[in-house]
Amino acid sequence: MTSDPAEPAPAEPAPSTPAPASGPAPDSARWGTRFLYHLWSANAFTVTALAIVLALLIGAVLIVVSDAEVRATYGYLFARPGDALTASWERISDAYATLFRGAVVDPGAIGRALDGTGSWAAVFGPSSETLTAAAPLVFTGLAFALAFRGGLFNIGVQGQTILGAIGAGLAGFLLPLPVLLHLVLALLAGGLAGAAWAFGPGILKARTGAHEVITTIMLNSVAAIFIGWVIIQSWALDQSRQGAISHPVDQSARLPRLFGWLDPGLRVHLGILVALAAVAGVAWLLNRSSVGFELRAVGLNPQAARVAGMSVTGTYVLVMVIAGGLAGLGGATVVLGTAYALTTLVAGSVGFDGILVGLLGRAKPWGVFAAALLFGALQAGGRAMQTGSGISLELVQVIQALIVIFVAAPALVKATFGLRAIRIGRISGVAARGW
Amino acid sequence: MLANDHIDLTVEPGEIHALLGENGAGKSTLMNVLYGLVQPDQGEIVIDGRRVECHAPQDAIEAGIGMVHQHFMLVPVFTVTENVMLGAEQTHGGPVAALDRRRARERVVEVSREYGLAMDPDAIVEDLPVGVQQRIEIVKVLTREVDLLILDEPTAVLTPQEIDDLLAVMRALQAAGKSIVFITHKLREVKAIADRITVIRGGRVVATTGPETSEDELAAMMVGRSVSLAVDKQPAQLGEPVLEVAGLAVDDERGHRAVDRVDLTVHAGEVLGIAGVQGNGQTELVEAIMGLRPVVAGTVSLRGRSLAGRRTKQILHSRVGYVPEDRSVDGLVKEFTVAENLVLNMYDTEPFGTRFMLHRDAITKSAADRVARFDVRTSSPQAPAATLSGGNQQKVIVARELTRPLTLFVAAQPTRGLDVGSIEFIHRQIIHERDVGTAVLLVSSELEEVLALADRVAVMYRGRIHAVVPPDTPREEVGLLMAGGSTSGEPA
Amino acid sequence: MTAAVHTPTSEPVRFWSRERKVGLAVTVAGVLAAFGFGALAGDQPASFTLADNTSGAAVSINGLLGAVLFGLLGAAAGAGLWLPGARRWFGALLAAGIVAVVGSFLCWQLSDSALNIMPLGQVAQGSMRFALPLIFGGLAGVLGERSGVINIAIEGQFISGAFAAAMVATLLASVWAGILAAAVGGLVIAALLAVLAIRYLVDQIVVGVVLIVFALGLTGFLFEQLMRQDPSRYNQPARVPTWEVGLLSDIPLLGPVLFRTNIFVYLALALVAAVHFGLFHTRWGLRTRAVGEHPTAADTVGVRVLGMRYRNVLVGGVLAGIGGATFTLEATTNFSKGMTAGLGFIALAAMIFGRWSPVGVLLAALFFGFCRALAIYLGTIGSPIPSQFLNMLPYLATIAAVAGLAGRVRAPAADGKPYVKG
Repeated sequence: MTSDPAEPAPAEPAPSTPAPASGPAPDSARWGTRFLYHLWSANAFTVTALAIVLALLIGAVLIVVSDAEVRATYGYLFARPGDALTASWERISDAYATLFRGAVVDPGAIGRALDGTGSWAAVFGPSSETLTAAAPLVFTGLAFALAFRGGLFNIGVQGQTILGAIGAGLAGFLLPLPVLLHLVLALLAGGLAGAAWAFGPGILKARTGAHEVITTIMLNSVAAIFIGWVIIQSWALDQSRQGAISHPVDQSARLPRLFGWLDPGLRVHLGILVALAAVAGVAWLLNRSSVGFELRAVGLNPQAARVAGMSVTGTYVLVMVIAGGLAGLGGATVVLGTAYALTTLVAGSVGFDGILVGLLGRAKPWGVFAAALLFGALQAGGRAMQTGSGISLELVQVIQALIVIFVAAPALVKATFGLRAIRIGRISGVAARGW
Repeated sequence: MLANDHIDLTVEPGEIHALLGENGAGKSTLMNVLYGLVQPDQGEIVIDGRRVECHAPQDAIEAGIGMVHQHFMLVPVFTVTENVMLGAEQTHGGPVAALDRRRARERVVEVSREYGLAMDPDAIVEDLPVGVQQRIEIVKVLTREVDLLILDEPTAVLTPQEIDDLLAVMRALQAAGKSIVFITHKLREVKAIADRITVIRGGRVVATTGPETSEDELAAMMVGRSVSLAVDKQPAQLGEPVLEVAGLAVDDERGHRAVDRVDLTVHAGEVLGIAGVQGNGQTELVEAIMGLRPVVAGTVSLRGRSLAGRRTKQILHSRVGYVPEDRSVDGLVKEFTVAENLVLNMYDTEPFGTRFMLHRDAITKSAADRVARFDVRTSSPQAPAATLSGGNQQKVIVARELTRPLTLFVAAQPTRGLDVGSIEFIHRQIIHERDVGTAVLLVSSELEEVLALADRVAVMYRGRIHAVVPPDTPREEVGLLMAGGSTSGEPA
Repeated sequence: MTAAVHTPTSEPVRFWSRERKVGLAVTVAGVLAAFGFGALAGDQPASFTLADNTSGAAVSINGLLGAVLFGLLGAAAGAGLWLPGARRWFGALLAAGIVAVVGSFLCWQLSDSALNIMPLGQVAQGSMRFALPLIFGGLAGVLGERSGVINIAIEGQFISGAFAAAMVATLLASVWAGILAAAVGGLVIAALLAVLAIRYLVDQIVVGVVLIVFALGLTGFLFEQLMRQDPSRYNQPARVPTWEVGLLSDIPLLGPVLFRTNIFVYLALALVAAVHFGLFHTRWGLRTRAVGEHPTAADTVGVRVLGMRYRNVLVGGVLAGIGGATFTLEATTNFSKGMTAGLGFIALAAMIFGRWSPVGVLLAALFFGFCRALAIYLGTIGSPIPSQFLNMLPYLATIAAVAGLAGRVRAPAADGKPYVKG
């Protein structure tokens, strides 16, 4: 059983192993049927897959409801039901096909590349966009997940991300440094700024017991105001451009594009590889290191951890600082990888989305990576859907929220699809607590 | 799990009926069924010849059943009156249902006066001592005009004096025509007050008898065979002093002095037992020794070296073993595997790990060994500790502490809530540890346990060591000391 | 429930009590204000008028004198907290200290500016305007959390209420229908919260966060797909009318704020009173608080724990939804994406800062509103203080509050813990 974030045992990759069902699988069944049998039990993988299906279905309803032309066909549903159904189907399939083409690959582009009328860059374009969108989400997802495993609900990812963006941005255009060093220092500045922002809630929690949910929510708002102030300062504001935008980050501090040599339009950059390293690092930390042992013990039962001689308060501070550092790196990835300048909304909702990513990944490092890829794909595809099918990007936000709701309440999915009841990986790795 | 299996129980009007059984025998489940908190799979409840269905506490209250729970059901931040009126509020009527506090207060005063249960109706409950809180619970039940009161382990947290008061209240209630079901596992109290006794074991009724049955017979019925808690042991071979506590003062969470100028010494090769009613400072004393609670004054030293300023980790690593009193909260991380719990305080020490790395192979291997050695019943060392029974969870903790070399072993309530088999096993382990020369500090609110295991018994009362007596001191005498009575023993 | 016999052998008397700590802080702030602001004060007199513009009778004071005087008053209030028996006057003295320090600050600011007249009426009205949604949202939080359900999704209820109000008020050309729709909009999000948290036992903070994202996404999506395409059909609600209460509206300063205003203000004030009375003086309130503090105890005396929780969360959703309507029917007259801009979180802060009590919510909301209004006013007189820092103040004050810097803030004991029988 790998679906329980509370489960400390071996570091499994994404939660894909079928869990043992409550009843014994039919012994005589061949491997295939047995696989299907387990698949249909409510294990983490199945629940997640069905959650995605459910969310897309609800998204489809929204697409239909919000489209005036399709809605019109429902006006005479009983006269010619075919019209309504055809119109709905066309609208939905068009939208989701565009989403797929924008997120994974456009089959047409493969054909064009093969017969020489199109470029290979167009084939890889969508996955490049997916990876580009996923990179910061991996960091912010880890920032949430790591804190979660340590018993802290880090809603402050957004604020820490903003600080990371500020740190990386300032280092990126204020420090005159040579190529490699500049990038490393800018990333470091982002991580440190995020860590510093998270230190406050950590130390307050440790010293005074102030609930981290409250303090980090407040600091999110403070960070949002703070970046607005930073940008309009004379040492940051780029007066040659319209609006509140900072100087651009120096070339030497930008995350290099991985496939720029193939096509400069392929935006995927080094950030995704750094993110991958971060996932591996956090996985090692959680499962193989003494610090991780402490962190998980404190997260699950701080009392017992204290009695066993661990420093609960020290762990809280450490967890928050590492989580903040990760979130800061997420912000840095945005500024150094794609935005190249600070604006008030530069971090977008990368931090909040990271909370959803962390929850969807069940607070496990590789789960977070998979969830970030999914969200990245949805966002890349969503942008294609917005331009290609005229369906606004917010639909993706709704779908993301719905997926997490269904994953968080597996009983809902179970009831909907009539799955066999087994121990389900719930998102509540940390016992529900009050303020 | 079948907690109750075809139980028949009849309570006559005006009767005090004791329900006697070990921890986990199914007493509380039975009463929760009566009170509508748990639904029975089959069977029925008949009151005054009328069949009643208790689906919720409200049904039970309407049927005239009231319950005083083992863990008080009082809202700590409410006043006494608010707690008593909750659920049966006196209001000015109308859709607004504004509270009529004056009438509610009068009712509290009236009932408490009628049965001699003194209390201040305007006090905030969390500021009141346990004995008074229990009185509030009783008043709460009485204001609901019940005919049958269920008292679930009401004496567990009371001092002997408070127990006497409670028994007097019970007699007064009986005189007023109420029936009482008195749930307990303490033979002495049963004998003192019950009109009839029903003994249950393993979810079944073993016997229903009268108070003339001897304690030994009752005990045998309760545990299924005649047991003596007496442990086979040789006289202690006293070594040098290991733990020395001098003038220790410790405060509790609310800043009240919980441990007051305590002096005690534990020698190598002896068990020093601390007897006392729960809540007289034992918890705080142990926590202070383990570095879990700040020391206000005085010193604690181990083999002559002061522990002042040492962290819990350092203390544990100076060959001190610790079984905390609340197993599930303090002793284990239930979601962790048995193997991980077995290294919970040694994970960063060779052979299990370093400051940075875990040696997972060593952890796994050692877990398999220790599970076998301590007979921990688990499906696998990789199973979460939560899947184990209480007795086996405690064995995990004991195995964790006793498989490393110790000079001091601190065991707080090591057998609370366990079955007899586990208790005997743990008792043997404690004596074995003593025999290899470890100093053992045993804290237990079960006087029998202390008297059976200890080589010297220190009685703790109101934060002070009231007396230190030999373990063959008559039980009654120790009981008197626990209640703050005069001493015949020598101070420590 | 503690199961220990507490035997107070010595009642602890801590020298650094809450009063003394806070008193010291206020005294220091007052002295710093007297010297600092006094030194910085310009040569203009500082003038205050009660009106909502700069005309009319003004009270003027020399900037230096005012800054020093107010600073010393603040220090005196802080020193007052050291007097024996100060515990009873803690709130009043603390408030006096803060007001005095703010006064000192204003004397400096005004005396240093070309526009040296401050229209208090305008600032008061601004404070109330910013406080308005916070009062509704904070009350929604109080209802939920007093019964043990954390409602972090106030932001989501705001935005859905704001959206529903704009849309329905436009479609039906009636602000009253809009308010009703806002209530339903908030109710829907609250119902999701209630079902997921109470029925499916999902961590309440998780649900709250996800519902915020959901509500922001859904309203944003519908805004893009419907409202932006055809604003006149979907997104042009009217503004709620202003009602005057006879002569009372002519009271200087307070009249325009409290008695020449719209339904939302009247409703908010009435609700604060109603929830306060309800919570502390009715059967419903006693049971709500019991359920939030010790649900098992409530259950054993026949209180339906889950029923109480559902009811409170849903009513809270209605209130927060109506609070959302203030964004589209009062503050502006159209809906825009993400227009609640995190005010749901300040409402949460107001609830915590107000210590989970309705009157506390009102005072906290007014304080937060005052910070916003003051920031804007200082912007107009060209103050060197960045408005951002004043805008941060509510959040920092809330952090200080939960960190126990001004006394302990205690949430209901069972807040956030799902109730499972048995």
